[in-house]
Order: sequence, then structure tokens, then C-alpha cells
Amino acid sequence: MNVDYLMPYVPVAVLLGIALFLALLLPILSVSLGPKRPHFRKMQPYESGMTAVGKAQRRYPVKFYRVAVLFILFDIDIILIMPWAVALRDLGLFGLGAVMIFIAIFIIGDLWAWKKGLLEWD
Amino acid sequence: MNAESAGQLAWITLVVGGIITFAVITGFAYTTLLERKVLARLQHRVGPNRAGYVPIPRRGKKERRLLGGFMQPAADAVKLFMKEDITPIYVDNVVYNLAPMLTVMPVILTLAVIPWASSVTLFGIDYPYLAIAPGLNVALLFVLAITSIEVYGVVLAGWSSNSKYAVLGGIRSTAQMISYELALGLTLLVPVMIAGSLNLNDIIVSQQETAWFTILQLPASIVFFVAALAEMQRAPFDLLEAEQELSSGYNVEYAGMRFAMFFMAEYMKMIVFSALWVVLFLGGYDIPFINEAAIVSSADSTVVTILIAAGQVLSIILKIVFSLFLMIWIRASWPRLRYDQLMDLGWKTLLPISLLNVIVTGVMIVLAEEGVFNSLISAFGG
Repeated sequence: MNVDYLMPYVPVAVLLGIALFLALLLPILSVSLGPKRPHFRKMQPYESGMTAVGKAQRRYPVKFYRVAVLFILFDIDIILIMPWAVALRDLGLFGLGAVMIFIAIFIIGDLWAWKKGLLEWD
Repeated sequence: MNAESAGQLAWITLVVGGIITFAVITGFAYTTLLERKVLARLQHRVGPNRAGYVPIPRRGKKERRLLGGFMQPAADAVKLFMKEDITPIYVDNVVYNLAPMLTVMPVILTLAVIPWASSVTLFGIDYPYLAIAPGLNVALLFVLAITSIEVYGVVLAGWSSNSKYAVLGGIRSTAQMISYELALGLTLLVPVMIAGSLNLNDIIVSQQETAWFTILQLPASIVFFVAALAEMQRAPFDLLEAEQELSSGYNVEYAGMRFAMFFMAEYMKMIVFSALWVVLFLGGYDIPFINEAAIVSSADSTVVTILIAAGQVLSIILKIVFSLFLMIWIRASWPRLRYDQLMDLGWKTLLPISLLNVIVTGVMIVLAEEGVFNSLISAFGG
């Protein structure tokens, strides 16, 4: 494997190190500098001053799941268009036609989802 | 790039990256001050003016106080460090501690690809342009990938807090972020298509050669700005912190500096998205009406090169401040959207507009490249 391909990622790795250092430093400083006076009432989850009722980690409403599924479809679409967007001058009319067919299929699916009411939020 | 070894490159990046990260974190602190000051002025208030000022004595009168409040960010930071860091009892400890880190780290990583000036030589290494990772030619793909990680911090913080407000805020903002990421991603393709490269510096050079992409692509520029506002949960899309409904959303159970880390991520995201908007649509470090490359090559002296580089850094910083001011101005002027309106705007307005924009831009570029317009002009008596 050619190591030169990985050279551009050396700075990214270093920056990841800087980010990790900061992300660890701040909570550690905060925990060690601040006072510690634990109290039962202070440790309760916040619920506008009332005692918390029931569990909070329940199932998500299904409409959020629907949005997530649509997002995955669209995001893959964008990722697949991206190589064409970079090289569209070289690919010429053939590339344009191919991508337009791809986008057309996609738009039909999107219109169907719209008509089915998948994009409605009530 | 002519680094001799990975080790040498790593050391130099540690210095350059450290300086840039430090500068952006300082910038984050002063963005909070800028926001408070500008908001205050827009509402006929003065804003924070007690912490730190430059006294100018006047004869017979009270002294004049300049730059009131410039130490406010430092005071805020000290206060947050000295607060008690409470961990509620019902939280999922590992995830609860991981979430703030996962929010801050991607924002800092995005800084890797933003170009601050054209070619410079630092410590014996020729940078093709001044960025932390200038060799990375898939810069925009990298940005897309990293901003997607951002979502995890939010949803994990909301879920692990085990508080109803936090859970609701977490899933709400997750759905919002992924909805607007589509419009954002599609709009990113437009500069890529015009410049023919994913590299941010190539996009800036392409703008220097033609015109700023805001002029060529006004709709894309506006869609990007609006989608960026929604992506980083700024007003009028700040539904996760709709105080009347959710108190403060996914970060309600956090205290002390761990709460401030979410804050920090939000404001650094403002700076990063401003920088991206500036680079993609406002010419990046390009100084308007000046041909920097011609000046550098004709003068051929180190002083001029350094001056031009400094001017470019100043130029991009001024543009970023302008963009930040725009965001604060919007916050002061617009009421918050309702959640269904937010989803409608994302899915039914911005997404079709940006998809259509991609199609039209692609068709025009390819047809121009194939010479269709030239033959049309000649066919109709050109």
C-alpha cells in the first residue's frame, strides 16, 4: 500500500488529538475545580420542580423514525451524485443523462412519499 | 506539501493546528460577547459593560469608559469552571459523559479543511494554502461526514440524561438536523460543480477567476445560509431550546463546564459554518478588487508575501464576523417557527429548491462545455 495516500490524514489525526485533549480537559477541570455538595433533591432529573414521574427513556414516536429513513435515502443519493458533480465536465452528455435518470427515479420516489403524506408533520 | 516525514508534518501541524484551534476558541468566547452586545443594541439596551474597560480620564468629569465588557467571556469561563458539576442519579453514566465530548470534537475537526490564506511557507514546509490539513482534497466530503457525527452528541445527551425534557429535545433536534442536512449537502454540490473540485482552496481560486458564487448562485447561497442556521439550531430554528416548551432541551441535565461544552460546540459551529459559507459563496480569503497572486509574483519579496497573507486572513475574519452579525441580527428579528412549519420548510421548500438548482446548474455547465450555446448563438445569426 502506498503510504503517500495517508500523508494528508496525518494533520487530521493530530487535530483529532488536540480535540480529544480539549474534550477530556474541560470536564476534568470542571469536576476538580467546582465544589461538591451532593444532595438527594439536586440529583433528581429536572421536571419543572415536581418529583419526576415514570421513566423518560421510552419509545420514540414513529414519525421521527420515518424522517430518519427518508434521510438515509436522500443522503445516499447526495453521496452518489457527488462524484458526478466533481467530474461533470469530463463525463459530458453521457454522464449528464445517466445522472438525470438517477435523479428522475429518485424524484418519482420522493413525489410518491409526498403524496402518501410521509412528509406531513401533525 | 514537501514534508520529509510524517513525524515532521505531525509536529508542525501540532503548532499550526494548536494556534488555529486556540484562535477559534477565543473567537467563540468573543462571539458570545458579540451576540450579547449586538442583541442588546438591537433592543435599545447596553449589554454587558462592567467586566473590564479602558478608563480614559476627563478633566472635571467622570472618566470615560471604553470597550466596556471585553473581559466578560473570561469572567463567564471562570464562573462556569467554579460551578458544582452535578451528575443526576438516573443518568447512563458512560453515555452521559461521552455526549459533550462527541459534540465538541467534530466541530474542532471541521477546522482542518478551512483555508485561511493562500500559499505560505511555514517552518520550511510549503503550504499550498494555509489550512491545518491542506493535503486533504476531499475536503467537502470530510465536512459532510464530520457534521453527521455531530448528531450523535445531541441524541445521546438527550437520551442518557433520562429526563423527559432532555429526551424530547434530543429527538426533536436530531430530526431537525438530519432534515436540513439534506438541503445543506445538496447545496454544497453547486460550488463543487462550478469549481470542479471538492477542495476548498480550488473553490476559492475558481471564485477569484470568475466571481463570488453568491453572485453566480444567489439561491444556493441563501439556501445554504438558511440550512446552516437550522443545522446549528440557531434562531428562528432554535426549537430544541424553546424555553416555554422544553426548558432547554437536550442539555437540561448538564451543569458546569460540561454544559458549557454544548454551548461551546454551538458557537464554534456558528464560526465554522460562517467560515464555510464565506469560503463557498463569498470568496473565502479573497480580498475584493485586488489580484493578490499578481501582486505577489510581481513584487517577489518576502515582506509583500507576508503582508498579502495577513490581509487575506484579515479578509476572511472580517467576512466571518459579517456572517456572525447576520445570524445575530436574524435572531433579534424573527420569531421562532413551529415544529411542523420547520419540517415543511426543510422537506418541501429547501430540498426541492436545492435539488432543482443542482439539476439546472449541472445541465447548464454540461451544455456550455459541449458548445451547445455557442452553436445556438451562431445558428441565430451571432
